[in-house]
Amino acid sequence: MTELTKSCPQTREQVINMYFLEHRAKLLDVAAFLDRIDRAQPTPGADDFREVALQHAVAVLIDGQPHRVKRILELLSDSTTDMPQSAYGMKGAAGAVR
Amino acid sequence: MRYIDPHIHMVSRTTDDYQRMAQSGCIAVTEPAFWAGFDRSSAQGFADYFRQLTEYEPRRAALFGIKHFTWLCINPKEADDPGFAREVMSIIPEFLKCDTVLGIGEIGLNKNTKNELIILEEQIALAEKHNQLVLVHTPHLEDKRKGTRIIMDALSASHIDAGRILIDHVEEHTVAEVLDRGFWAGMTLYPDTKMTPQRATDVIEMYGSERIWMNSAGDWGCSDPLAVPKARVEMSRRGHAMSLIDKVTLENPITFLSQSPNFKVTV
Repeated sequence: MTELTKSCPQTREQVINMYFLEHRAKLLDVAAFLDRIDRAQPTPGADDFREVALQHAVAVLIDGQPHRVKRILELLSDSTTDMPQSAYGMKGAAGAVR
Repeated sequence: MRYIDPHIHMVSRTTDDYQRMAQSGCIAVTEPAFWAGFDRSSAQGFADYFRQLTEYEPRRAALFGIKHFTWLCINPKEADDPGFAREVMSIIPEFLKCDTVLGIGEIGLNKNTKNELIILEEQIALAEKHNQLVLVHTPHLEDKRKGTRIIMDALSASHIDAGRILIDHVEEHTVAEVLDRGFWAGMTLYPDTKMTPQRATDVIEMYGSERIWMNSAGDWGCSDPLAVPKARVEMSRRGHAMSLIDKVTLENPITFLSQSPNFKVTV
């Protein structure tokens, strides 16, 4: 599918004016979350797979390339093709690949 | 302002929500059968649920001038036991005769298992046999991309026209492939785990407004029954034309849903 470009009716300045404060706050939430992990009591073993996935995702934000949402979603997606027989004991999803 | 919420689980919502939705311009809802937050212990539990969907909810919605339609199935989260799922599926044809039933849904996958796929294929066959529309649930989070592809392959192996199938809960990494393969796409506006009104508007800007709709999928979890009107406001404040806003929140749902003879709304 061909992606439409320049399809947001607003100018860059209008987009920034409308959304900057909202996303400044969201970015600070992410920063506070990472700080909170640093302050937390240590857990034995390897780093949590979700924390590692988030660090990789944050790198996508600043790589200067387009399609950041899609690429982060792909980064957080299961890329295997095998199918277990049953979902017994694993009804929920974690948000990142274990 | 008038809109349709084509995917919302009103059995989990209060009557106040119907009132607020009506005040916000909602003229119709369609409610897929889904998981209640716990596994039901018998097929009879589903029979009661299907009665609630076909008898009680249309009356409750009508109190506020909202038309209520429904979809029936065994949902993916309870479809991992094929024997139990088949027991539930056996009672569905009787309910398909109800005049507010639009089709089979929301069927799909949850953890992308072989057991879930077996039941998905059998429910696709059920829809085909009874000439029903299909509403598809795609898995959450890390399971979505893989599951969406497995689901589309299963659907493509049937004889159901892709234009009679809506694949829901698409996100930026699945929407293009869904539309490319001829299916309709649904975007679910969820506060935490799915899409925001802002991102849904971005998707419309990137991929256009053909064969796509938005819904709240409001249920018993953290969700917002007013998500669709909030998305309309989001599109409006960005400067999108009212004709585009109406297309994705009213006209597109009508176009897709009107393929069922049971869907009738007055606009």
